[in-house]
Amino acid sequence: MIEGALWRRWVFYNIPLALFVFVLLFPFYWMIITSFRPDGELYRPWNAVNYMPFWTNHPTLEHFRYLFEETDFGRWMVNTMFIAATSTLISLFCGVLAGYALARLNFPWAGSLGTLIFITYLVPQTLLFIPLAEIIRDFRLGDSPWSLILTYPTFLIPFCTWLMMGYFKAIPKELEECARIDGASRWKAMLYIVIPVAVPGILSSGIIAFTLSWNEFIYALVFLSSPQEKTVAVGVTSELIRGDVFFWGSLMAGALLGSVPVAIVYSFFVEHYVSGLTGSVKG
Amino acid sequence: MTVTALGTARVRRPSVRLRRLEDERWLALALLSPTAVLLGLFIAYPFAEGVLLSLSSAKVGDPGVFVGLKNFAKLADDNIFWTAVWNTFWYTGVTTVFKLGLGLWLAMLLNRHFRGKALVRAFILLPFIIPTVLSTFAWKWMFDPTFSVINWSLFHLGFIKARINWLGDPTLAMTSIMIVNIWRGVPFFAISLLAGLQTISPELNEAAAIDGARPWARFWYVTWPLLLPVTMVVMLFSVIQTFADFQLVYVMTGGGPANATHLFATYAYQIGIVSGLLSEGAAVSLAMFPFLFIIVVVQLLYIRRVETR
Repeated sequence: MIEGALWRRWVFYNIPLALFVFVLLFPFYWMIITSFRPDGELYRPWNAVNYMPFWTNHPTLEHFRYLFEETDFGRWMVNTMFIAATSTLISLFCGVLAGYALARLNFPWAGSLGTLIFITYLVPQTLLFIPLAEIIRDFRLGDSPWSLILTYPTFLIPFCTWLMMGYFKAIPKELEECARIDGASRWKAMLYIVIPVAVPGILSSGIIAFTLSWNEFIYALVFLSSPQEKTVAVGVTSELIRGDVFFWGSLMAGALLGSVPVAIVYSFFVEHYVSGLTGSVKG
Repeated sequence: MTVTALGTARVRRPSVRLRRLEDERWLALALLSPTAVLLGLFIAYPFAEGVLLSLSSAKVGDPGVFVGLKNFAKLADDNIFWTAVWNTFWYTGVTTVFKLGLGLWLAMLLNRHFRGKALVRAFILLPFIIPTVLSTFAWKWMFDPTFSVINWSLFHLGFIKARINWLGDPTLAMTSIMIVNIWRGVPFFAISLLAGLQTISPELNEAAAIDGARPWARFWYVTWPLLLPVTMVVMLFSVIQTFADFQLVYVMTGGGPANATHLFATYAYQIGIVSGLLSEGAAVSLAMFPFLFIIVVVQLLYIRRVETR
């Protein structure tokens, strides 16, 4: 639309954009380069003569070896995967059903229930973690993956419900009415007609829910205690820092590997992720 | 054989339960009950439990007795608590302004056609996708006083003469945490606002341009008012998440140096979990509630006003 001279395009668009991309991605580059750097190079002060920030001539897999042989990193990955997948499935199940009810059925208090769900969507985990830790202990769920699988839905369900309501509202009512006229029950019309049409929405909520539960930290930090039960984020934080000593190489290797599953899921479904994210904002 | 027989039987005479589901109210009840159970058990119940806990003298291994508002009275005299309150507001306010400004700028940069746009957009969201704790460790390592690549760069670009002890000084530590928060939040703002920008018809801007409006005026009188509803919702989410933030501070400083960088959540964790004073910790995190409540109500009212305008 507004096409100026070439230099203008560079000054006002390309250079700022390149700077943004550089700053937003640099920490990841730093993570990668650190995890392959030998300790001798890693612990060289920044004002040393041979400090070589952006490259290494002696890449090593030592930090990864340490991670898998000296810590329970493999277990943490499996735990996190299991917890994230299961809590996502539970939340999708609840969220799709609730979203359908709130968006398409007429019943008393439908509006206020919708508002209530939206408000629980806004409750941060840090508000409730202390009493919740007590409740988890009372239910004898402490130090078990189920303490997280059952509590993660508290922030995933409101999100999924909210997102699904948007998708369900966009599906024309006539579609369902046709099925009803042909003799399908309400239940079947929902299950075989409406929900299949909403699959992109389900995919979006599922992906975002998965990344959210992979990202969760404070519940995992408080509810889990034994090293082999931990999630990646908590395990890396607690087992790779001994007192004041940080195992930076292994820490970065752990951070890198711990990000990979999320990055993979994200890269396959970028469009769904973005549409879910923006859909949740439009409300 | 049996399967078909059963199938036809069900079609002819639906069970009482299935007939019930024909009624919208019963179906709604059935569909909402799993959600209600989980949210009741793990949000409503902990909330009530938290209120009771904050009014008691419970510690780890000691259920305690009812002590009324004593825990809150103690907080009112607690200097660290007031530092945490101030920090939380300062942290939320400053980062939100920067996230909005930079996010909007980035959204405008992305709101045009260029080669590799989809790729750039996908990469830009990475800080928001990658687990916060893990990416924050990369930042902590970058801010390390002895090995800092940031110090190295600033030194070689000629900005500094001596090292900067990023996480050792209270003000600098808070600034570092805010930088990481802004870094993590800008992509969310940018992508959401970009979606908002794309719904604005370019013809409106063209019409204003033909009428002689300069770029700045076009933004201020055409784009910004149309973008306001989306902006407000994005702000609502961001402000609440930032206000209740825990992970960044926990990883970067753990509330130090000398308790100077605590937020509500990290201070609640420090008292309630690390020191085991459950009742006082619960009181700290509950103290967040009135503020959150006011923020949510004000923003929702404002959003309603903007949207019905």
